[in-house]
Amino acid sequence: MNYIWYLIILVSIICAAATNNLQGLLNGIIDGAQKSVEVALYLAGIMAFWLGIMKIAEKSGLITLIASFLTPIAKLLFPQIPKNNPAIGDIAMNFTANAFGLSNAATPIGIKAMEELQKLNEEKTSASNSMCTLLAMNTAGFQLVPATVIAVLAAFGAKNPSVIILPALIVTTIAFISALVIVKVLEKLSPPQKIPEADKC
Amino acid sequence: MLKDIIQTISIWLIPGLILIILSYGIAKKVPVYETFTEGAKSGIKVAMDVLPYLIAIIVAISMLRESGAIELAQKFTAGILDFLKIPIDVLPVMIVRSLSGSATLGLLSDIVSKCGADSYPARLAAIMVGSSETTFYVLSVYFGAVGIKKFRHALITGILADIVGIIAAIIVCRWFFL
Repeated sequence: MNYIWYLIILVSIICAAATNNLQGLLNGIIDGAQKSVEVALYLAGIMAFWLGIMKIAEKSGLITLIASFLTPIAKLLFPQIPKNNPAIGDIAMNFTANAFGLSNAATPIGIKAMEELQKLNEEKTSASNSMCTLLAMNTAGFQLVPATVIAVLAAFGAKNPSVIILPALIVTTIAFISALVIVKVLEKLSPPQKIPEADKC
Repeated sequence: MLKDIIQTISIWLIPGLILIILSYGIAKKVPVYETFTEGAKSGIKVAMDVLPYLIAIIVAISMLRESGAIELAQKFTAGILDFLKIPIDVLPVMIVRSLSGSATLGLLSDIVSKCGADSYPARLAAIMVGSSETTFYVLSVYFGAVGIKKFRHALITGILADIVGIIAAIIVCRWFFL
């Protein structure tokens, strides 16, 4: 991540200099910093709400109940998570919310899942295999119907915006399955978590 | 048909979920109000924990967008894109898609208004946007929230899966609409 971050900034500065657009770049910095705070504030509200709701689900035992149903599937993808751990229930709800395009609900629940995984993690600053798998599920972003995109097409007068649903579903499925395959292959190839020096990111 | 079913489920999912969680809590004699506030408190802390990571990633992406780098990339790859029958307007979407959600939606609107809502570039861009998540945002928020510094193979997975997604979108879209 260090190199990628550096690379993005380096490329930006070089390109801005080449196109004589350093003033625009400065505006970009200010806008970006301001927007980050807006995003964090937005997250604070929606995150507080969902973490509140999820706390009830946790205390009542609902999440453990869901987890116990999904343990067989979770065993495949997350072999390190112990049986009936609340993390499995959180991951299942995170996936469901994502599939229905409810990222407002998916993100807080996903973060709660990360916190559960962090409790199981032995190396607190380095991502565990389970965390990487959860992130793969989320960065691939499986979605049944891309509602926002359809809304954009419809807003600009598309005759039949829903023609994109089926192709988009095929693409998102391919990307999602690839993400899971890639993360499992890399898990085998990458050095074990305990040796941080060997870790480039 | 399928669309209607999924849309109905999408609308009902959140209210239904809240209803089930609260009712189950009441049935199990959980003090739901106090428990809610207890959980909500941690949400605000998480948002503040995430802020430094958000600033790092959002500022860098904002710089990239303003720098003109994407226009330069468009100029240099025009030949290859033409050969692969990829409309040149879609290139920025391919680059920005993994970086920024709001910027990607902005680009999509530009393409749709410029090329027409039923045009091939608009559909290709729509499928690319609709089948992906903003990888870098997700990575920084999820890992930032629990203080993970070393992303290990999660980062490469995210990038590779995005590339697979872009290629799949190009192939599937050609098959459906060209």
